[in-house]
Amino acid sequence: MTDPVRLNVNGRPVKVAVDDPNMPLLYVLRDSLRLHGPRFGCGLGQCGACTVHVDGKAVRSCVLPLSMVRPKEKIVTLEGLGSLAKPHPLQKAFIDEQAVQCGYCINGMIMQGAAFLTNNTNPSEADIRQALAGNLCRCGTHLRIVRAVMRAAGRI
Amino acid sequence: MSDIIAIATRRDVLKGGGALIVSFALASRFSPAFAQASLTKSVATDEVDGFLAIGADGKVTVFSGKVDLGTGVRTALTQIVAEELDVPLDKVTLIQGDTALTPDQGPTYGSLSIQNGGMQLRQASATARKHLLELASQKLGVAASDLMVENGAIKPKSGGSAVGYGRLIGGKTFALKLDKDAKPKDPTTFSIVGKSVARLDIPDKVTGRFTYMQDMRVDGMLHGRVVRPWALGASLESVDENSVKDIPDLVKVVREGSFLGVVAKSEWGAIKAARKLKATWSNWAELPEQTKLFEHVRATKISKDDVTSNVGDVEDAIQKGAKSLKATYDFAIHTHGSIGPSCAIVEINDGQLTCWTPSQATHNLRKQLAAMLSLGPENVRCIYVDGSGCYGRNGHEDAAGDAALLARAVGKPVRVQWMREDEHGWDPKGPPTLIDLRAAVDAQGEVIAWESQFFVPEGAAGNVPLVAASLAGLPHETTLAPGNIIQDSAIPYVFANIRTTCHRLAETPFRPSWIRTPGRMQNTFANESFIDELAAAVGADPLEFRLKHLNDPRGTELLQRLAALAKWEKRPSPQNQSGGGDIARGRGLSYVKYELNRTYVGAVAEVEVDRRSGKIRVPRFYVVHDCGQIINPDGLKNQIEGNVIQTVSRTLFEEVTWDRSMVTSLDWASYPIITFPAVPEVVMDLIDRPTEKPWGAGEPSAAVIPSAISNAVFDAIGVRLRSVPFTPAKVKAATQSI
Repeated sequence: MTDPVRLNVNGRPVKVAVDDPNMPLLYVLRDSLRLHGPRFGCGLGQCGACTVHVDGKAVRSCVLPLSMVRPKEKIVTLEGLGSLAKPHPLQKAFIDEQAVQCGYCINGMIMQGAAFLTNNTNPSEADIRQALAGNLCRCGTHLRIVRAVMRAAGRI
Repeated sequence: MSDIIAIATRRDVLKGGGALIVSFALASRFSPAFAQASLTKSVATDEVDGFLAIGADGKVTVFSGKVDLGTGVRTALTQIVAEELDVPLDKVTLIQGDTALTPDQGPTYGSLSIQNGGMQLRQASATARKHLLELASQKLGVAASDLMVENGAIKPKSGGSAVGYGRLIGGKTFALKLDKDAKPKDPTTFSIVGKSVARLDIPDKVTGRFTYMQDMRVDGMLHGRVVRPWALGASLESVDENSVKDIPDLVKVVREGSFLGVVAKSEWGAIKAARKLKATWSNWAELPEQTKLFEHVRATKISKDDVTSNVGDVEDAIQKGAKSLKATYDFAIHTHGSIGPSCAIVEINDGQLTCWTPSQATHNLRKQLAAMLSLGPENVRCIYVDGSGCYGRNGHEDAAGDAALLARAVGKPVRVQWMREDEHGWDPKGPPTLIDLRAAVDAQGEVIAWESQFFVPEGAAGNVPLVAASLAGLPHETTLAPGNIIQDSAIPYVFANIRTTCHRLAETPFRPSWIRTPGRMQNTFANESFIDELAAAVGADPLEFRLKHLNDPRGTELLQRLAALAKWEKRPSPQNQSGGGDIARGRGLSYVKYELNRTYVGAVAEVEVDRRSGKIRVPRFYVVHDCGQIINPDGLKNQIEGNVIQTVSRTLFEEVTWDRSMVTSLDWASYPIITFPAVPEVVMDLIDRPTEKPWGAGEPSAAVIPSAISNAVFDAIGVRLRSVPFTPAKVKAATQSI
């Protein structure tokens, strides 16, 4: 067992015992910290279900080795983005647009979409589609997801 | 004394009512208390107590054998019960798919959750309501006919004090058979059904509070991963356990026949062990060549013929026809492609097995696990936990089988999470479909014969054999279960001579199962494209041509509304696009009466075909949908949008690939699905018929998508696409062959 890894997750410093620095961040978040937001979808960085924010950028936690995460970097998951009582505007927009079917991909859609909106305050529908082009949804919720991002951007 | 109370091991259940029953259902395992529960809680489909319980607090618990696979039926079923009992939605809790608690209402497939499952709940609720009125009548001394229900309480219509459901029956059983004469509420009085009630699960799903199967953990649980053979039919020869001895978390390498798996204390440890484990497998290379798939299908032994319709004398008519047409259609092998790979947890204690699973068929899985491990079914409990959307029988049941073998081997609860390549490689596949069609037209341009032959695997629904049981050589089913794939092989149109035959094949290259709209999609693709060929052959407008041969007022109304919605321009296809650069635009129509006895759907696709690259874009779909009484309009829209988008993906992009030994499309790069830029706009008209029966909506709208696109491509460029997926290479090849 190596020294505990120090991380900053959802605004709180945490120490996690890990014996392999190559372990992807996803497993710390899900197994050590018991978070449900980031999801295992492919482990290959292809689908986006595992997306978290690292210093505000959308990152695929399933292919991010722990050794690449610095203790001071701020990791934010879906839980840290907002809560039922105080949802992030995009989380609220997903509820308002009923933009979920099974919901398994939705973590990635919201985390990717929220990071996109911080740098693009007035996106077109085409911009949003392009921003989410690397996130896969199998249920076919795409149209509602796009509308939710439009709504959060104040375009609806 | 309530049967419900008897199942709980926790204090306060009696007082707490619904909510605590739920926590019991989610958290409890097989235990002495559970064994007692399974003896006492009714799971009978003909008893009110099978479906409903009312706590002392008046809260209602619904026990549903149908489960929410991400389609929103949790909300719709809750609406049905709340409506029928006149209780607020938030007083109703739904427990799904727990073999100890919920009746076996059949698997959640075939677009039957509301049509069948919901109607059982409605009848149970109507029976309960009638009984509650009788109880209130006795208590209040007022005739039942002079009472009214409001907010879970009953009071005289003339006014006066009310008595709540909790006081009337709270904590007691109904001890009643479902009463088919208990009349459900008049739909014109509905205030919950028919409304776009917001989905109950969405707030938790968008804030990370929802517990999917993949999130679930139980005390003392270990992590398992499977190590599958390199080839589908290879057997295990030897395992080198030294290859993983440096993995600190490893608990055990489990080998049983050709089943191989690892169990570790941590998830990452299990993943690493599965990757590093060295094993020797036999050679196996018996898959057909992919490029010759449909020759293989055509040459496969036919075990029987199902003639699904037979009118007049087709052969005679075809010989007499002035003009005959024939065409062959095929449809590729598809994978379910769940975004979350399959997952399950199994715990075995004292010969009693508890399985947490996103299975769409927990009652069937229970029997399969029992058979595999030679347990009595009464010693197996399967509990549904929402997973990633599955769209049919994907790998969830197999993951449960894997977890059962691993849990048995280590004597502790084991969670098995399939990796991406396990899901793409080993989920059962939608089988390949080959269809030959012929038709004849007389000298006046009237269609006088329609004949079709479908080459599809034998078998129906039922149970798909578990991978673990097959590999380990443990008891398992040996029959094919591709779903009820001969549906919609017969056609909704009236011609003088019709024969439709399904040649049922004795085998198919991959373990088959059902994927959304099984058979109906493939069969409708061929039928509705070929009907378009006939319309074009006689120079008719595709919509007019269908209307002319339809003898079904509801279908006619639907098509007329579709014409209005899509602003359909009456003219034959293809349109003449002289010049016009590389991009050609077209529109195509398709129609289905699902299984020829329920939901009607019509669709118009708009397409843009790039003649140079062969790429098809579908900017827009118009859909008109009639499933009778609509329970939740927005939920229905969500499902239809999903069907359109998912099926555009299947039609344009999807195809399982393989070499002679194994699936080679093992990730999203090799099995691409639709992405945001390619998603069509969907314009809808929902026909609501509140006083009619509610029919299924999970699948029907997917049936019409491939043919609508094919017909639109023909309209655009005069080329028929008869092979799904419509890849650019196929478009270019078809264009060059004109």
